[in-house]
Amino acid sequence: MIRAQVIVRPRKSIFDPQGDAVCRAIQHLGVASLKQAHVGKCIELELEGDDVEKARAQLDTICKDLLSNPVIEDYVLTLSTPAHGK
Amino acid sequence: MRWAVIQFPASNCDQDALHVLKEVLGQDADYVWHKETSLDGVDAVLLPGGFSYGDYLRCGAIARFSPIMPAVKVAAAAGKTVLGICNGFQILCESGLLPGVLVRNASLHFRCETLPVKVENATTRFTGEYKTGQVLRLPIAHGEGHYVADDATLDSLFANKQVLFTYCNADGKNTPESNPNGSQRHIAGICNRAGNVLGLMPHPERAAEKILGSDDGLGLFTSILRSQKA
Repeated sequence: MIRAQVIVRPRKSIFDPQGDAVCRAIQHLGVASLKQAHVGKCIELELEGDDVEKARAQLDTICKDLLSNPVIEDYVLTLSTPAHGK
Repeated sequence: MRWAVIQFPASNCDQDALHVLKEVLGQDADYVWHKETSLDGVDAVLLPGGFSYGDYLRCGAIARFSPIMPAVKVAAAAGKTVLGICNGFQILCESGLLPGVLVRNASLHFRCETLPVKVENATTRFTGEYKTGQVLRLPIAHGEGHYVADDATLDSLFANKQVLFTYCNADGKNTPESNPNGSQRHIAGICNRAGNVLGLMPHPERAAEKILGSDDGLGLFTSILRSQKA
């Protein structure tokens, strides 16, 4: 089995209203030193098989086409095989 | 003209759009379910407002992969009229038929109100019945209408007169207070370079009969009809 995790983050150059609201809420709760907050998404996937490179190539396309929009977001795709061996 | 109003799961302005086309304008218009794959014989495609696929991931992100979308792209490439309203605009951006993307309103508030909207270019098939600089009153109803694109894209949209509508005050000025969602350069609606694909956040179909408070939106549809006859 392959586990994949996709972190999708708003690009730094794009105003992130959710991050801004969260930042102000945290400051309001007393963390005066907080400078910035950004809100993204974490998407977790499980795939059958153990061909990590094939999965990476497939999921990379999915990340670009569906899970993120390159105009406003960056993503980091991480794959792991929790159960080693066949 | 033969119109197709595409119905995605959770489209909710499809009936309003069909009503305007059929009952107000006497057009030949039908719903087309998003799982269909053909738009043969259709002259114009309307992608209505709503919350397709629950706005999951991003607004329009999943709808752009609906089975009907390749046919919408073929229609757009063939120069047919493609009109995306609200969620339809979001789908057109996600599908790459229009540049940029629509993100969460800067205020984080869902805005539902009737606002002044300026016609920036009245020489297109969508705006021929208006005058450049004319201020319309159109309803908006969205939480993600904040138009974002990089500076080069924004510059080219204005240089090529693809920005058809902007948010403004009653005097037609693009003031910060008149921008309901933080859209870059007050953009409310843009068309593609070829001028046959329009996406806009305001709802012209909700302002197409006087009894509903405004018929300022009707001109968008009559402009399309006139351009087809010409």
